[in-house]
Amino acid sequence: MSAVPKPRQPLRMMIVDDSNVMRRRIERSQQNDQLEVVATAVNGVDAVAKFKQLMPDVMTLDLTMPEMDGIECVEHVIKIKPDVLILVVSALADKATAVEAIEKGANGFLCKPFTDDQLNEALAELIGE
Amino acid sequence: MLDAEEVRTFVQGTVHFFETATGHPATVGSPYLCIDKSAVVQDYAGVIGISGNREGKVYFTAPRGMLSVMLMCMNETDTGEQNVRDLVGEVANTISGNARRDFGRNFVISTPTICDRNNAATAAATTGRSFVIPINWRSYAANVVVCLQ
Repeated sequence: MSAVPKPRQPLRMMIVDDSNVMRRRIERSQQNDQLEVVATAVNGVDAVAKFKQLMPDVMTLDLTMPEMDGIECVEHVIKIKPDVLILVVSALADKATAVEAIEKGANGFLCKPFTDDQLNEALAELIGE
Repeated sequence: MLDAEEVRTFVQGTVHFFETATGHPATVGSPYLCIDKSAVVQDYAGVIGISGNREGKVYFTAPRGMLSVMLMCMNETDTGEQNVRDLVGEVANTISGNARRDFGRNFVISTPTICDRNNAATAAATTGRSFVIPINWRSYAANVVVCLQ
């Protein structure tokens, strides 16, 4: 009798955005069954604190936020968990900002506004599906 | 002061926002120079401060009914006060942030400040001339106001 393969554990995802509407939109729109939303955070300081507790595998991260912006947040979480997968989701549409985020350790960049399909494609690409 | 090409950046950003975020296109009227700034502020305004290579403000102002319908188009079931205020700021943030595609990364945007009719003067308090970009979306009318030195 062949062994039944164990189902893969979903990757644990944190959503970071200072907009409640945007946090809820991402949570509602993401349809990837390999991802489970375990936390949301309202700025970089909140995100780093929750990250240390929960150690998520995946983050969506806004850049323009009060207290601590997204670029600084990337630097912090990469030190805590270097293999975390980070999708920057930001309205800042200039190429230099995307390049800086990637250089700091982010793995992908999705520009606001986005459709549900664009979000799900970006998340699928992020986790290598 | 804005030139025609720079105004076009905000017009295109506004059209792109509504088409993509709500699935319903907006039409944009001819931009005009505004004299009485407080007159264009509607129920809510999301105000973005601009610094860096330009100084000024960009704000999106809309009636409450429009913001509620926009939330519904985004499949948001909670159309309460907090989300309405949040949305007006997010629209202003997105239109301003997208403008960096043309203005570059030294076009620095702040996090949004939210105004309502009770403190509309906060949004309207700008030095220099403001361009108003009228937006028609479904049965609603809103404005994007750009005041840059």
